[in-house]
Amino acid sequence: MIQEAAAAFAPQITASAITGILWLIPAFPIVASGIIAVLKQPRRRASAALAIGSLACSLLLALAAMGHVLAGRFNGFAVRETVNFTWIQVGAAQVELGWVLDPLSAVMLVMVCFVGLLIFIYSTGYMAHDENFTRFFCFLSLFAGAMLGVVISNSLLLLFMSWELVGLTSYLLIGFWYQKPSAAAAAKKAFLTTRVGDVFFLLGMVWLFAQTGTLLFYNAGKGSIEPLRLALLLVTPSHLGMTAATGIALLIFAGAVGKSGQLPLHVWLPDAMEGPTPVSALIHAATMVAAGVYLVARVYPLMQAGVQVSQSGEVIGSTTALTVVTWVGASTALFAALIAVAQNDIKRILAYSTVSQLGYMMAGLGVGGVAVGMFHLITHAFFKALLFMGAGSVIHGCHEEQDIRHMGNLKIEMPFTFLTYLAGMLALSGVPIFAGFWSKDAILESTHTWDVSRAPFYMLVFGAFLTAFYMMRQVSYVFFGNWRGHGEAHESPSVMLLPLMVLAFFAIFLGFLGTPFWPWFRAFLDGHPAEFGLGAFKEPGLLALMGTSSLVVLLGLGIGWRLYGNKSVRADDADVLEIRFPTLWTLFENKFYIDELYGVTVIAFYAWWARVADWMDRRVWGGIVTGVSWLARVGAQASSLFDTDWINGGFDKSCEELANGGGLMAGVQNGRVQIYLRLLALAVVVLAAILIWSSRG
Amino acid sequence: MITTPLAGYLLVAALLFAIGLAGALTRRNAILVLIGIELMLNAANLNLIAFWRYGPHPEALTGMMFAIFSIAVAAAEAAVGLGLVIAIHRHAHTTDLDEINRMKG
Repeated sequence: MIQEAAAAFAPQITASAITGILWLIPAFPIVASGIIAVLKQPRRRASAALAIGSLACSLLLALAAMGHVLAGRFNGFAVRETVNFTWIQVGAAQVELGWVLDPLSAVMLVMVCFVGLLIFIYSTGYMAHDENFTRFFCFLSLFAGAMLGVVISNSLLLLFMSWELVGLTSYLLIGFWYQKPSAAAAAKKAFLTTRVGDVFFLLGMVWLFAQTGTLLFYNAGKGSIEPLRLALLLVTPSHLGMTAATGIALLIFAGAVGKSGQLPLHVWLPDAMEGPTPVSALIHAATMVAAGVYLVARVYPLMQAGVQVSQSGEVIGSTTALTVVTWVGASTALFAALIAVAQNDIKRILAYSTVSQLGYMMAGLGVGGVAVGMFHLITHAFFKALLFMGAGSVIHGCHEEQDIRHMGNLKIEMPFTFLTYLAGMLALSGVPIFAGFWSKDAILESTHTWDVSRAPFYMLVFGAFLTAFYMMRQVSYVFFGNWRGHGEAHESPSVMLLPLMVLAFFAIFLGFLGTPFWPWFRAFLDGHPAEFGLGAFKEPGLLALMGTSSLVVLLGLGIGWRLYGNKSVRADDADVLEIRFPTLWTLFENKFYIDELYGVTVIAFYAWWARVADWMDRRVWGGIVTGVSWLARVGAQASSLFDTDWINGGFDKSCEELANGGGLMAGVQNGRVQIYLRLLALAVVVLAAILIWSSRG
Repeated sequence: MITTPLAGYLLVAALLFAIGLAGALTRRNAILVLIGIELMLNAANLNLIAFWRYGPHPEALTGMMFAIFSIAVAAAEAAVGLGLVIAIHRHAHTTDLDEINRMKG
């Protein structure tokens, strides 16, 4: 399979026109953000128009790029065009940057631009009453530009720079309402937690540069993840019996873990919901958190380096890196789904669902390859953005209420939101026909046939059951039953509903790009032709697997409906499950006490260490500094004494003597001419005497 | 031809100079001091003439020239000196040099 793929990607020496101007795609929003930054606060329409306009331009370019890649497909070769340039030259070593256009980046470009554009439009409605409207669009635009930068990067360094920019805007936007202490704390938490991963990422990057001398991914055979350098990495031994390839791959994966909210660095993502809802939809559901998945997909050759391949091109077994990816992904998927069951904040449920779905993507990458994980990433981006924006619409309509226990029966007041939300919820749950079904099924199918272990498969199936269950619980609480909120709920303005409808359309139909009987998406990414045929269904086990997964999903939905559906409850009633399983419920509700665990371990350690450092500062280093200053003062005292007594005294004395001498001489100058004359005469006599004396000698 | 030896002239000149010097140093009157100075100048003139006459080239009129120059300068000096004395007298109503001590810094 790898050889096929490698052969299919014909090396492209010359880049086409569209690749040449690919950098404009991130440049537009970044420039727009810069202009918005200097606009005055009341220029709301101008700033929104700039942000939306620039992203629309990017979308057009992204579509053109996509068209170029598709045209290449029609002509029978997969496009992979790069533009590289040297950024810094230090001696023989050079740091290169560049961008790449291939199916992977093209599909991400279109997704990010499209979803981003819809969310921008939605934001004009959602943020309409916010005082800092222009600032919001400035950050949002900067985010879009940075994210597009991540996508087009052909260099790990450029990717890292954009990656950090994305993290910065995430920080800025989570803390957008910085007056709220919880928002400020969440922003800080997100920034610091992702930083943990980023440090490993940076280490991996440095290591990769040290080993291969380049950070470019593709560079006509000389790139760091092309076969030549990979072979080098594979024979370089490292610690703990790993090859350098494995070590670097794991370090880079640690960066992805931080960004994509995988165990154990998932804690920031649910808290990130303190930001405005469009931010949650764009950054913390659709794009930025998917950047980690995209990163793993981008360096997939490195992750997969050294895997055994059978005669027929099938992958046998797995690499260490991919095994780690799979286990982390599968555990995150199950773990976050369990927590999501017991949450009451509408956005927090979706946040844990996002963590869980990101786990699915990672597991998909780990066992099935780039196409499996990326397919779920794309479909998830659409339906999770839809769900978040639907939740935003609900929150907007319920007067900023986020607790699902204080909602209810919104299907009457908010029919459009309800219908679109339902589409997103069914897609997320994985009900057949909807987009999520096909992408999740692809992941389940690949885990089912994984050679290493069968456990991830069961974890993911159980996760799918839970997903259906908690989504049903949420929908029942929000849209069915009795109204438990305060005031009147109202439907959102059409500027918010329109993006919902567009996304709902994709949430339903996007999955058909990657069904088993027409695996176009996989073929597109892997670079070989897609065949349409119902033959796939004849494969043993596939139908059974699809049946099982559908059954599990329906079971989850059914149990959810039975427990929560259409019941009249009061807002302060205990949850049905809480009554039945109090211990488990408390555990899930408190998120397995992970935050508390970090509180008593990592944070307590840091606090202790800070106290130690403080003590050291005050006592040890402070003491040394005081001692040195004391010595300096003694020296200064001595030198001052020397100055006053010796130098000054000496000068004073000589000045005094000079003055005395002057006084003496002044006495001669008494103004009496004859005294002068006498002295003159005396001098003449002396002179004459000397002359006579000397002429004798 | 020459009967008087050089030393005689020199002795007269030295005597003249000593008298002039004594006058210049001891007299209180500014005009008498000027006269003393004139005497010393003329002693010098006498020396010039004597050394010329007893020198290696008595035929060249060098000593005479020096003496005439010196006399001209002495005349100018006497004129300036007397002018100063008159100015001082007008200003201080005295020519006593002990009274006139305002030259000190």
